[in-house]
Amino acid sequence: MTDASAGNASQNAATARREDAARTGPMLAADGRPLKASLNRALRRQKMRALLLIAPLLIFILVTFVAPIIDMLFRSVENQIVSETLPRTVVALDDWDAQDLPSEDVYAALAYDFNEAAERRRHTRLGSRLNYETTGLSSTFRRSGRGIEDVGETYAEQFIDLDEAWEEPETWTALMAHPDWLSAQAEWAAEAEAAGRDFDEPEPAFRLAPGIADVLPETADAYRSFARTIQQEDEDSPTEEEPWNTVYLALYRDLAAQPASAVAAYFGPIAAELAAADAAVDGFETVSLREVFGEMDDAWAEMPMWETIDAFSDPYTAGYFLAAIDLQLTPDGIEAQPEDQRIYILLFQRTIFMSLVITISCVLLGYPIAYLLSNLPARTSNLLLILVLLPFWTSLLVRTSAWKVLLQQEGVINDILVWVGFIADDARLQLINNQTGTIIAMTHILLPFMILPLFSVMKTIPPYYVRAAKSLGATNWTAFWRVYFPQSIPGIGAGCILVFILSIGYYITPELVGGRTGTFISNRIAFHISESLNWGLAAALGSILLALVLVLYWIYDRMVGIDNVKLG
Amino acid sequence: MKLRTILLATTGSLMAAPMAFGDAHGNMANSMTLVSWGGAYQASQIAAYSNPYQEMHPDVEMIWDESSPEAVARLRAMEEAGNITWDLVDVEAADAIRLCDEGLAMEIDANEVLAPAPDGTEAEDDFGEMLVNDCFIPQIVFSTVAAYRTDQVPAGVEPPSGACDLFDLETYPGQRALNRNPIANMEWALLCDGVAYEDVYDALETEEGIAQAFAMLDTIKDQTIWWSSAAEAVQLLADGEVFMATSYNGRWFSAIAEQNQPIGMAWDWQMLDLDGWIIPEGLPEDRLARVLDFVYFATDTQRLADQAAYISYGPARASSAPLVGTHAELGIEMAPHMPTDPANGENTFVNNYLWWADYRDDLDARFQAWLAQ
Repeated sequence: MTDASAGNASQNAATARREDAARTGPMLAADGRPLKASLNRALRRQKMRALLLIAPLLIFILVTFVAPIIDMLFRSVENQIVSETLPRTVVALDDWDAQDLPSEDVYAALAYDFNEAAERRRHTRLGSRLNYETTGLSSTFRRSGRGIEDVGETYAEQFIDLDEAWEEPETWTALMAHPDWLSAQAEWAAEAEAAGRDFDEPEPAFRLAPGIADVLPETADAYRSFARTIQQEDEDSPTEEEPWNTVYLALYRDLAAQPASAVAAYFGPIAAELAAADAAVDGFETVSLREVFGEMDDAWAEMPMWETIDAFSDPYTAGYFLAAIDLQLTPDGIEAQPEDQRIYILLFQRTIFMSLVITISCVLLGYPIAYLLSNLPARTSNLLLILVLLPFWTSLLVRTSAWKVLLQQEGVINDILVWVGFIADDARLQLINNQTGTIIAMTHILLPFMILPLFSVMKTIPPYYVRAAKSLGATNWTAFWRVYFPQSIPGIGAGCILVFILSIGYYITPELVGGRTGTFISNRIAFHISESLNWGLAAALGSILLALVLVLYWIYDRMVGIDNVKLG
Repeated sequence: MKLRTILLATTGSLMAAPMAFGDAHGNMANSMTLVSWGGAYQASQIAAYSNPYQEMHPDVEMIWDESSPEAVARLRAMEEAGNITWDLVDVEAADAIRLCDEGLAMEIDANEVLAPAPDGTEAEDDFGEMLVNDCFIPQIVFSTVAAYRTDQVPAGVEPPSGACDLFDLETYPGQRALNRNPIANMEWALLCDGVAYEDVYDALETEEGIAQAFAMLDTIKDQTIWWSSAAEAVQLLADGEVFMATSYNGRWFSAIAEQNQPIGMAWDWQMLDLDGWIIPEGLPEDRLARVLDFVYFATDTQRLADQAAYISYGPARASSAPLVGTHAELGIEMAPHMPTDPANGENTFVNNYLWWADYRDDLDARFQAWLAQ
């Protein structure tokens, strides 16, 4: 009665306040600001202070843990290498119909790109990348790197036969270089001369002459690529080096494509030579670039090479993720890998299945031990706890090797079984180098991660609950199952999460005792990180594994509730 | 004074060339980090190369790291971080090719960087085909070879002589231990199934050839323990877990000669492989000068021959072979234990690195899928 009237009174007061507020505006604090804003401000300041307190740790984790992981995961989609190494080719391939080998223009673009890539030693890196998609490309790229300097040689020889001036670096710089660059370069050269050996300032970066790109677009582009590359890679000067053969190829292509008037409109220092060359190119002996590349390596004159470059020309790719789930990107869309190469789905399934088995064995073995530990007198239980922790402090490799000694066919366990007479000498059990071995060794290694959270939760369960249940007539089993067990569930939850998540990413133990049927997905990830160097695929597999763990965690949260997890 | 005279006398001729070389490069760093495989192999390098070098240059600090197994990945990570902390890295030829392709290893001119043979033969001719690419500085030849338990050979049967006996379960029953990757296993499967050596790689490029190799491996699949580190194979054989196993010949040598295990070698169709140095790309000049100075010394004819006194790997220089002597502690003649000894080489083949560089990814996926089934 009194409670109800008090409730009524407070409700009335609240209604009154609300009406009051509606009449006079928001309630104000002492300094005249609205109370709500003022409160928020105070809270915000408090939050900021708390944040500052944890900032060192937060920044440390962000920099050393989160950022590298994100960077690594990002590699699973990154694919700039194709468009960065072969920029002109990728653009030229844009309107390729993928029905037949690409046109001469694409091969010319490839010649310019490949020449620069080979000089910068990037072509083999791209070869390794594309070899992940199409077997054999790695050596095509390596071989082509040695042959590329001859592409365009025919044209270089003909230009030089026509007029030896084309052999001279000065002709080319006069034609191509910006007058400002020429004078800056001359100044730099004089300084270098004066300073002698200790002079290590780089030559000014090459600049193209204004307007030359309109007259000779491909040549200007190819020459700039040549000049910049030799400046950066070899610290050579375009004023002293004869251009690559591909630059002559570009000059030929420009002159052959341009109407004579365009060249006639050019009034630079080399106008006379250029006009003579323009008049002569029609009589030049020509070669098919497709054939030139095909002679260097057959793969260039075949479709798979171009389909691969085309399919992977985008700066981002789903290719690695597809490969990670046994699919592949082909010109006809996404297809399953051939059956004899499917392995990742199987490994993911096996990893999850075996992690579950290991987690369950840990619960079955760890629960009685933790129960014993928490119910023994302190002295005995401390001693037992040390026995639990002792293997925990021993090196992982030592423990794994010890299991090898115990479990192998000529090992201790088999010897004992034979000696007792359980099994015949010629029918020894295969306990290692298969799934059984992985499960046994990993259950042992991960057992402390189950026992410790269970133990710390069980310690807090008051013994008198069970006693009370028994005094009310419960049998031992009912008292345990209905009273004790439900209170230990948070410990089981914590232990399961720890063991499962640790085992899903385990690597060393399955590698050593897993044989051919007991290895995990992490062994493949390690292989791609350290042996095949296919970091993109490793990142994709890792991302999938991370996503799997998060999904399982979410399911666990929905089913058990994460609030029900206690580490102590 | 006296020590100095001796040093000058014995090393005078060797010093002359590298000194001139060093001068051209200005100052040399006084510390270098060398990366190798640890164990007996690294010990042999320290004894044969780095101890004598330090006697000549007592102020140089040599730091040895045992990270060669993950060298490729670590070098790539270092390059991305822009901080190369290693000066000289010991890798297998296949890794040297990958590092060179990735631009992580420095290209060298063998004749310029490496010492000529004592008779004046240029380094390039002395090393010959061992120079598998522009970055690799070879040191030793090792082999992946089969071995067996001498005490478990069935009565009245000749002991196994080569890798093909791995597939002969009738004559030689018992478990096998093989490397858990396709290299060498695929070649052996075809060779032992009657394919001629010169056709093996052509066959492995076709579906039928791969199927044939897997069919051959299928015959021993259930009888085989697949190892992932070479030490495992030796342990499995020493414990009597398996009857035949494959591993590196130096490991077998130490199990047989140094630990007196009942193990015999089956040399036929051993797969030869190379191991050597690479210099990481992008070293600062003073460190590079020091490394080049060391490499010139450590890969000369005498040093490579000296190493063979500690481990049974063959020197990569032709001119070193006649200088190979006896084991430093056991006193046994080392030449018959070398994979390159003619008596051990009726049939041998060299790891075809360039072919595997192309086909490794593809065949590895198939091999792992085959294993998992």
